[in-house]
Amino acid sequence: MKGFAPIAIVVAVLAAVPLIVHSNTTLNFLVVTLLIALAGQGWNILGGYGGQYSFGHAAFFGTGAYVTAILQVRYGVNAWPGFAAGIAAGALVGAVIGALTFRAGLRGSYFALVTLAFAEVLRIIASVAPITGAGVGTLIKLDLHASAFQFESRAVFYWVILALLAVSLVIARVIELTRFGAWLIAVRENEDAARALGVDAFKVKLGAMTISAAITAAAGCFYAQYFLFIDSGIAYGTRMSIEALLTPIIGGAGTVFGPLVGALVVKALGEAATTVAGDAPGLNLIVYGCVLVLVIAFAPRGLIGLVTGIQRRFARTRREVAHG
Amino acid sequence: MAEPLLAVTNLSRRFGGVLAVDGVSIAADEGRITGLIGPNGAGKTTLFGLISGFVAPNEGEIRYAGEPITRLATHERARRGIARTFQIVQPFAGLTVRENIVVGAHLRHRARADAVAAADVVGREVGLGGMLDRPADTLTVAGRKRLELARALATEPKLLLLDEVLAGLNPTEIREIVPVIRKLCARGITIMMIEHVMQAVMSLSEHIFVLAEGRIIAEGTPAQVAADRAVIEAYLGQGAAKKLGGQA
Repeated sequence: MKGFAPIAIVVAVLAAVPLIVHSNTTLNFLVVTLLIALAGQGWNILGGYGGQYSFGHAAFFGTGAYVTAILQVRYGVNAWPGFAAGIAAGALVGAVIGALTFRAGLRGSYFALVTLAFAEVLRIIASVAPITGAGVGTLIKLDLHASAFQFESRAVFYWVILALLAVSLVIARVIELTRFGAWLIAVRENEDAARALGVDAFKVKLGAMTISAAITAAAGCFYAQYFLFIDSGIAYGTRMSIEALLTPIIGGAGTVFGPLVGALVVKALGEAATTVAGDAPGLNLIVYGCVLVLVIAFAPRGLIGLVTGIQRRFARTRREVAHG
Repeated sequence: MAEPLLAVTNLSRRFGGVLAVDGVSIAADEGRITGLIGPNGAGKTTLFGLISGFVAPNEGEIRYAGEPITRLATHERARRGIARTFQIVQPFAGLTVRENIVVGAHLRHRARADAVAAADVVGREVGLGGMLDRPADTLTVAGRKRLELARALATEPKLLLLDEVLAGLNPTEIREIVPVIRKLCARGITIMMIEHVMQAVMSLSEHIFVLAEGRIIAEGTPAQVAADRAVIEAYLGQGAAKKLGGQA
């Protein structure tokens, strides 16, 4: 299939990492990085390709995490169907928020603020509702069996999150190659012009938001299974909303690999800063802020955009030289 | 006579205290070029907005191909065959010329390969053949106007609303694009065009409506309209017709 080779290569290379690296700390770091990349890929579908900048993707991450956890803890549902239900619930929340905001015609910063508000409302509800464990949070019982979606080896968890990320990379690429994607990008570039060409902007945005929410919810489901504990701050906190939008913007919004590149850079810098300066609270946030400022100032199309831009400039110079 | 492809009856649109379009009735006959002229601020673009569904009317009816479409959404009208260009060009700036046209072509072609093939044909037809891989924001004004036209054409419209596609072009560029428009009409596309370049609109249109201050003040063949007292006064000011008459 055309255009899927880079995804296959990147996933194959990443899949080989646990064969070489055995350190649990490193694997843990990579699992968290891929988790953020997955959450970011969700944001990327709606924000990067569709131009709808959500500040509230924690709403989907948290819903995925809570549904997975609560179904197991309170209703005795097996983790695997629980995981699927978490993704479906996240998609549903995305569709509902999308229907309300897009029907109301919210664009730009209004859309961003309203999504942020939805995530905050969910966080506050989760912090008091008995079913979520309120302030105490929800703890999933340790049961290290594949049947319970828990694995003794970090490497297996790593491969699971890599597989989820691989699916999200393929989804992004498929979107690029289909009519839905062409229409979604057209809505990002100029919604009125798109409508004049027969694009049902509402339906396209709603579809993108549903897919976007499902992917970010999958990251939430995985989080619950990996850490076996969630509370309202982890699940619905602004931190997840910010990481989900930061990684694709830094890596390259509206590109297949943007969120992955962004997550690697952001997490590596955060780790490096902690190593150098110790565990100062809020240090990683300062690093995020600095990277974001630098990227927006010098590479508004993200790191991937920076690289392709340089390549293009070199190609042009070479052509001009060749033509004398 | 058969019902016109587009029939607008008694259409009005108010913006606050301003009646931008005031009881306008116009029609576009199938297979012809109909001109819509008038001084700045006459309400021409608002009228196009009403026909294409970007603006909702306060009163009146729009019929297209024998059916009322007054309350239909913009994209639904495009699906039925109404395409428009924008006076202020609206390219998808971040995309290439080809990708711009592909968006329009996707309306009739679901598969990407088909849409790309159709887009390339349309691109060559309007004279953008050599620029298909260029980013849309590197085009000149003339190029952008052609791109507007190409994108609209790619939706394979029955009715094409052209909003000042000649504005801002130099005489050479106008001479190049006029035959393109004429060819589209010959192919069976019904065209309604807003235009300020009088020479072009007079030579292209078979029927012309003149809009001033939201009302239709005259209609007829180009020659009839050019000789109309009300039209001359609308363009040149009150009393102008008399002065011109006196000189003659």
